[in-house]
Amino acid sequence: MGGVAPLLQLDDLHVHYGAIWALKGINLTVGEGEIVSLIGANGAGKSTTLRAISGVVTASSGRICFHEEDITKVPAHDIVKKGIAQVPEGRRVFANLSVLENLEMGAYIRRDTKGIKQDLEDVLDRFPRLRERIGQVAGTLSGGEQQMLAIGRALMTRPKLMLLDEPSMGLAPLLVKEIFSIIEEINREGTTILLVEQNARMALQIADRAYVLETGRIVLDGPAKELARQEEVKKAYLGG
Amino acid sequence: MQDLLQQLLNGLSQGSIYALIAVGYTMIYGIIQLINFAHGDVIMVGAYVALGAALMGFGFIPSLLMAMIACAILGVVIERVAYRKVRPVSRLAALTSAIGVSLFLEYIMMYFLGADIRTYPPGILVGRTYSLGGVLITNKDLLVLGTTLVLVVILQYIIFRTRTGKAMRAVSYDGQAAQLMGVNVNNTVAITFFIGSAMAAAAGILYGIYFNSVQPLMGLMPGLKAFIAAVLGGIGSIPGAMLGGILLGMTESLVAGFGGSMYRDAVAFIILILILLIKPTGLLGKGVQEKV
Ligand SMILES: Nc1ncnc2c1ncn2[C@@H]1O[C@H](COP(=O)(O)OP(=O)(O)OP(=O)(O)O)[C@@H](O)[C@H]1O
Ligand SMILES: [Mg+2]
Repeated sequence: MGGVAPLLQLDDLHVHYGAIWALKGINLTVGEGEIVSLIGANGAGKSTTLRAISGVVTASSGRICFHEEDITKVPAHDIVKKGIAQVPEGRRVFANLSVLENLEMGAYIRRDTKGIKQDLEDVLDRFPRLRERIGQVAGTLSGGEQQMLAIGRALMTRPKLMLLDEPSMGLAPLLVKEIFSIIEEINREGTTILLVEQNARMALQIADRAYVLETGRIVLDGPAKELARQEEVKKAYLGG
Repeated sequence: MQDLLQQLLNGLSQGSIYALIAVGYTMIYGIIQLINFAHGDVIMVGAYVALGAALMGFGFIPSLLMAMIACAILGVVIERVAYRKVRPVSRLAALTSAIGVSLFLEYIMMYFLGADIRTYPPGILVGRTYSLGGVLITNKDLLVLGTTLVLVVILQYIIFRTRTGKAMRAVSYDGQAAQLMGVNVNNTVAITFFIGSAMAAAAGILYGIYFNSVQPLMGLMPGLKAFIAAVLGGIGSIPGAMLGGILLGMTESLVAGFGGSMYRDAVAFIILILILLIKPTGLLGKGVQEKV
């Protein structure tokens, strides 16, 4: 990244849930245009890291900077306006709203009617299955379709940085491939990606760099290709 | 046959008032899962504000609007002061707080205005009765039905056709996901109280005119009945609340009309218990939605 300041920077980030100390001093950077993955076992604190960035949980100490601006204390609903979108764990689409309304919720913060219309068309071109189901209530979509909707909804915010929390969860292998190639495509079109994954093999394949999280601490980091070759990573996360 | 139609008409009027109240209950429940026990008392405050306006010589529509605005603000204040801080603590704490607000409103009104029953000045609506094939329709009925219809149409529009309405529905399904879309959840909850309480105020003035009485405890019974209506329709569902209100009004009216006026209220509660036993999610309730 040379001398350029990173797009996102976490400095010694701590998060508590009551008595539970979920993040114990995370340092992490994401450079403009990168795909960075965050891998780790269940309960390591991956989702918590993304929630803290989005402002849904508050940091007990440390700093989160985006575009060199301190956003640690910015409320969740204003984080989106800064250009950070999250595709949350478990998709969390609005099951009581139609597919179109879900996508419109993605554009909730925007007022540029023309741009919204254009982005809506782009999302529907990217996910033709959503176009076919545009009037359908989101709760009736399949898991894969809901994941597409969740990604589409995040795209509608026009993010500079997209946080994805286990987008491959519960999907058939073919669909996982499709979702990952869509993530790469979104990245090529200029959106920076921070990707949390259980599927470490796939995540390391598409990422530029990666971090390994263990019980609230970063234990390893480096270029994704190098991490994928390391014995400890292979043993713990790539099935030997 | 005429009798039956007459009872159904009376039931429709009364049911519309229940529906207006039930809509507020169900919206507030939908968004913060709180049974707002003070909702019935907002009706009462609305009736008094409208009474004050009417005594100053304002007509029905200005009085209605003043009551709606006053109660909308009252609703927002109640949420801000009594619920916002306790809501995250526990549901029981919020419920207790709601009961506190309810008692507070009742007794503050009693303290300042006394417990006497008051009535709207006759000028607000000059009584007329029309006969339609033997069925008597008063202009009170027309006023209640017309006002309810207009308000319900406006409400449907707000909820299902506007950006704010969409945000309200999104928050009621998943507040945290709505935050991730940039929705300010606290503001959305406040807007819900604003709208729900305005509806309650409208119900208050209609109830006061229909039964020709305004007093500090007048909100209790319609509040409870509307709660039943909301559960009957499926709490959280707006069309359900409307349907539940109308059904309950009609049932009561039929029971009363065919000799059971003493049992009218009991019937309402029996209905509630039966519904809870047979279909706990109510007529149009979705039940617990599965989140994948
Ligand atoms: N709302 C909460 N209240 C209390 N503790 C929580 C809460 N959310 C997470 N935790 C705890 O914080 C720790 C980190 O959880 P987190 O969800 O960030 O893990 P994760 O790495 O995303 O795991 P997974 O791979 O299973 O999704 C865990 O020990 C978890 O039990
Ligand atoms: Mg997680």
